[in-house]
Amino acid sequence: MKIKKNPNEKKEPVSESKFKKQKVSGDSRKHSKTIIELKDVWKTYYMGKISLNVLKGINLEINKGEFVAIIGPSGSGKSTLMNHVGILDTPTKGQVLLDNKDISKFSESDLAQYRGKKIGFIFQQFNLIPTLTALENVVLPSIFQNVPEEERTKRGQKLLNDVGLGERFNHKPTELSGGQQQRVAISRALINNPEIILADEPTGNLDSASGKQIMDTLSELHKIEKKTIILVTHDVELINYADRTIFLKDGVIEKITHNGKVHKK
Amino acid sequence: MLKDYFKISAREIFRRKLRSWLTLIGIFIGIAAIVSLITLGQGLQNAIEGQFEALGKDKLFIMPKGGTWGMGSSEVLTENDLETIKDVSGIKYATGMGYTYGRFEFNELIHYGFISGISPDPEDLALVGEAQTWHILEGRNLEKGDKYKAILGYSFTQTDIFEKRVEVGDKIILHNHEFKIVGFLEKIGSPPDDASAIIPLAAYEEVFDSKDELGFIIAQTQPGEDPLKVAEDTEKELRRTRNVDEGEENFDIQTPEQFAESFNVILDIVQIVLIGIAMISLLVGGIGIMNTMYTSVLQRTKEIGVMKALGARNKHIMYLFLIESGLYGLGGGILGAAIGIGFAKAAELLMAIFIGPAFLSVQIDWLLIVATLAFSFVVGCLSGIAPARKASKLNPVDSLRYE
Repeated sequence: MKIKKNPNEKKEPVSESKFKKQKVSGDSRKHSKTIIELKDVWKTYYMGKISLNVLKGINLEINKGEFVAIIGPSGSGKSTLMNHVGILDTPTKGQVLLDNKDISKFSESDLAQYRGKKIGFIFQQFNLIPTLTALENVVLPSIFQNVPEEERTKRGQKLLNDVGLGERFNHKPTELSGGQQQRVAISRALINNPEIILADEPTGNLDSASGKQIMDTLSELHKIEKKTIILVTHDVELINYADRTIFLKDGVIEKITHNGKVHKK
Repeated sequence: MLKDYFKISAREIFRRKLRSWLTLIGIFIGIAAIVSLITLGQGLQNAIEGQFEALGKDKLFIMPKGGTWGMGSSEVLTENDLETIKDVSGIKYATGMGYTYGRFEFNELIHYGFISGISPDPEDLALVGEAQTWHILEGRNLEKGDKYKAILGYSFTQTDIFEKRVEVGDKIILHNHEFKIVGFLEKIGSPPDDASAIIPLAAYEEVFDSKDELGFIIAQTQPGEDPLKVAEDTEKELRRTRNVDEGEENFDIQTPEQFAESFNVILDIVQIVLIGIAMISLLVGGIGIMNTMYTSVLQRTKEIGVMKALGARNKHIMYLFLIESGLYGLGGGILGAAIGIGFAKAAELLMAIFIGPAFLSVQIDWLLIVATLAFSFVVGCLSGIAPARKASKLNPVDSLRYE
């Protein structure tokens, strides 16, 4: 289900309705391809005596090689959903399965290790470490995975070369433009060769030209490298890049569309 | 892999230069104090040992109990005691001395200093000269038959005591009696000794009305005898003749080694107290590091969140912050050790200028330096434990959202 421009498309609403009704997915047909699965995920924040349900029973499957956009207005629970998909957070109720492993069984530290291997993050603010050079930033996640220096340096250089920053290995983030910084961040997300790229508003801080360049890069990663891309955004234009778009509102999935077409409201 | 964490931590220290400097100051003052105190203390210890070495280990010093060099004690030693000591087997020779604090008048100015009375017999002079490390600089030594003649310390050849220097042949008034100067001693190195006078024992007894009262007795043991054993025998004899019980002695016998030891004990106590104070300053420095690290954790909350998102385990974050605080300690240690050695060397130089060369020789003890650096690194790490734990336990979601 990498690229969904196929006749199968018509059949999708069947499974979609299942999401909508928020029933536990028992669909074994998908299991081999499902990389992330959320089962009735609830997230509740407590502020003193007030409790706030930010996610209200989300059911979602993301398949290997899929390009999924999660879109929603601020306050929709978009960021919280991203944190669960990116196994940065654990649900109050429900299950998050990454590669069929229940992440609630992991310690926070093991989760970090697993996350570093499986998921590459791209942030709106780039979030490069200001004291480190471009190349050092790129290889940072592989230090946490204990990759030998020679190996990671070679790989980091190749990744920077691939995004056209071959001349800027030793530049500090402040010496790079926003677009360049985001390309460093993409290289960093790829250093451990993760299966999933999780991009949180990657173009939010960029001009439209740089933004397009970043989106094209993500698109290439999806099409050529067969990476699973999860894009979190509020920018409706970006959903054209996605195979599937999940519209989130008030902590529930409002609708899901395929290639921009609404299948179920 | 630890190397990478060191690199990242070091970058952080260089990022915030002012804050890093302020943090380092807190540590290096303490370390500088410790290094200079220990180095100076060792130099002083060596100097004292060297001085006692020069006295010769075959000397015994016998003095009335309770005083210092015979001063301020209600007990006295007598000619009789001197004869007793001379008769102890193992004693080669012994001589008695008077020693007191008195008034010097010259050039219509007054000075107070030590006055020693010694027997001018050649044998006595030789023993005293050897035991006290006296050497004639100018003029001559006391001679048999001298009475109102005096030898003065080195400082009198300078102008600072009486505004003009004293010459051989000049007259000086000691405790209201006129003495003729016959010679000067070489510089000894201790200011009170260099500003003292030596007169014949006969004159001393007249001037201070101390007939048959000896301040202390210096005895020399026979070659090959164990000074400690002879000291024991002497003590036994003196107990008998002075008719006192063991444990109730009204006199003291000391060997140079015992002197050196008691000086060292005092020096050790002084050092321990001073180093204790320096430790307090180091503690304050450690708290400074802790403070810096807490600030750092707060300022880098977002970075911590990013690193956790990128797969940093809690222990990785812990390493980063522990190493950073350890590096603050180590940096402070390096600076402090350098400053401490510089300070000790400066003290050595000052001593050389004001007291005399080769009195205090400061040796750089590399073991001390290495131990100090390791210690300061550990102090840094310890100070960083709590902040590093805090950092490592930060929740990635909240940290990522932190601005």
